Amino acid sequence: MALDKSDVEKIAHLARLEINQADTQEVTQRISNILAMIDQMQSIDTDSVDPMAHPFDATQRLREDEVTETNQRERLQRISPATEQGLFLVPKVIE
Amino acid sequence: MTWETVIGLEVHVQLATQSKLFSGSPTKFGAEPNTQANIYDLALPGTLPVMNKEVLRMAVSFGLAIDAEIGKRSVFDRKNYFYPDLPKGYQVSQLDFPTVGKGSLTIEMEDGTEKVIGVTRAHIEEDAGKSLHEDFQGMTGIDLNRAGTPLLEIVSEPDLRSAKEAVAYLKKLHSIILYLGISDGNMAQGSMRCDANVSVRKKGETEFGTRAEIKNINSFRFVEKAINHEVERQIDLIEDGGRVVQETRLYDSELNETRSMRSKEVANDYRYFPEPDLLPVVIDDDYIAAVQATMPELPNAKRARFVSEHGLSDYDAGVLTADRAMAEYFETVVTTCGDAKLAANWVSVDLLGLLNKADKGIAESPVSPEQLGTLIARIKDNTISGKIAKTVFEAMAEGEGDVDQIIENKGLKQVTDTGALESLVDEVITSNPDQVEQFRSGKEQVFGYLVGQAMKLSKGKANPGQVNKLLREKLNNG
Repeated sequence: MALDKSDVEKIAHLARLEINQADTQEVTQRISNILAMIDQMQSIDTDSVDPMAHPFDATQRLREDEVTETNQRERLQRISPATEQGLFLVPKVIE
Repeated sequence: MTWETVIGLEVHVQLATQSKLFSGSPTKFGAEPNTQANIYDLALPGTLPVMNKEVLRMAVSFGLAIDAEIGKRSVFDRKNYFYPDLPKGYQVSQLDFPTVGKGSLTIEMEDGTEKVIGVTRAHIEEDAGKSLHEDFQGMTGIDLNRAGTPLLEIVSEPDLRSAKEAVAYLKKLHSIILYLGISDGNMAQGSMRCDANVSVRKKGETEFGTRAEIKNINSFRFVEKAINHEVERQIDLIEDGGRVVQETRLYDSELNETRSMRSKEVANDYRYFPEPDLLPVVIDDDYIAAVQATMPELPNAKRARFVSEHGLSDYDAGVLTADRAMAEYFETVVTTCGDAKLAANWVSVDLLGLLNKADKGIAESPVSPEQLGTLIARIKDNTISGKIAKTVFEAMAEGEGDVDQIIENKGLKQVTDTGALESLVDEVITSNPDQVEQFRSGKEQVFGYLVGQAMKLSKGKANPGQVNKLLREKLNNG
């Protein structure tokens, strides 16, 4: 599967990554190489193999439904660039 | 041209756990902003999820309630998108291996007909925080208290054919989750949220039309209005030669309209992949059997039992079992008074009328089920008449005390003493000579008037059966 420049631009946008125009060609080539490897893997017959969600043959341990955390707002907001009335402030995001 | 509407609902239910899905932060509604958001919820580097046991139990109990296939091996996935109220940059959800698979539930329409609606799946996922766009000088305020609260997303098949069916489905779902106690189901507070996929097609066609997804529907009433509005919009559009575009639309309850919400230049692409920080959750038959053993009696079963055991009409049984708390209230009343039919009347008419007027739920009822049961018992043992009982009921609602206390204090005890009733009847006969004359000359209708006069004279306290009998005797023998 070959990618073109616009595919790469779309993927970069979805991941919120900025790619210099000058680098686009190289990035396109590198992602195409990865996809070529995946194509190769997909040619293997896996019909009798169950999909694997995790490399370890182990299952999730669960915790009791108990509140173990206390209010740490003051400490946690000290590292935030902007807060007001207990809220984290971010650049306006409404469209 | 005849059109057919096709609706599928996606319902998000906030599970009523003490702590979050993957962290030990509390989940209380209405706390000060960010006081319930800790390092995992804020996605600080190096933090890892640890799953809440209770969430799994709640999801499995829901699956059992809708006869669904239970996923013995559920796998969590990351759904990736960027929004500031989702600090991790992904929502942990379940894509290919949800905890609850295919199931179904039966809805009842107003005309008494029933319909089975398929449930495609129900998966566990985490909620996002809240964004506040006003009052911050060009900035957006973020409250992450809700981030990480456990949700069950219940996805229906496109089996619903009208807004009314959609509402009936939603009400049934609401009733089931309240019976199970897995959510408070409060739509106004967002504990239950509904998105509707709506499309139309010409009657008889087998292919579905292009659908629009309506978001932001937060009450039963709005579900019906929003869907009806959207159906109308789509039909008008097609009849005018246009085409429905697949998009997300937002319902505005003030303007009663839907409008296009996302003007994104690229379609959503969530790039799901398995969540590497969580192992698969595996359960066995013993686990499922243990959950099954704790299941309460569900609305449909309770309704059938109320008909067979208490001899109620199907309609009354439906009204009384829609809400688990009400069903339990009713059964306590029956136990106290021993008369299911009177109990059904008092609960569904007098009590519900009182609660509706005061805009209160059954849990906040000023009259306890034991009090109401005792009141009905006093009608049955002839201490008071049904009419006086209403006065006592109102007094109890005002907090004036228990049944016997109120009857005593207000002197409402029914008069059954023959001597007292006789003098009452004599007085009525003496003061209404014209009517008495009419009755004796064959005008039977006047009898009711005379009984009414006697009851009025006794301020409702006379035993109506005895008054009837005495009056008739005296008139016939006079």
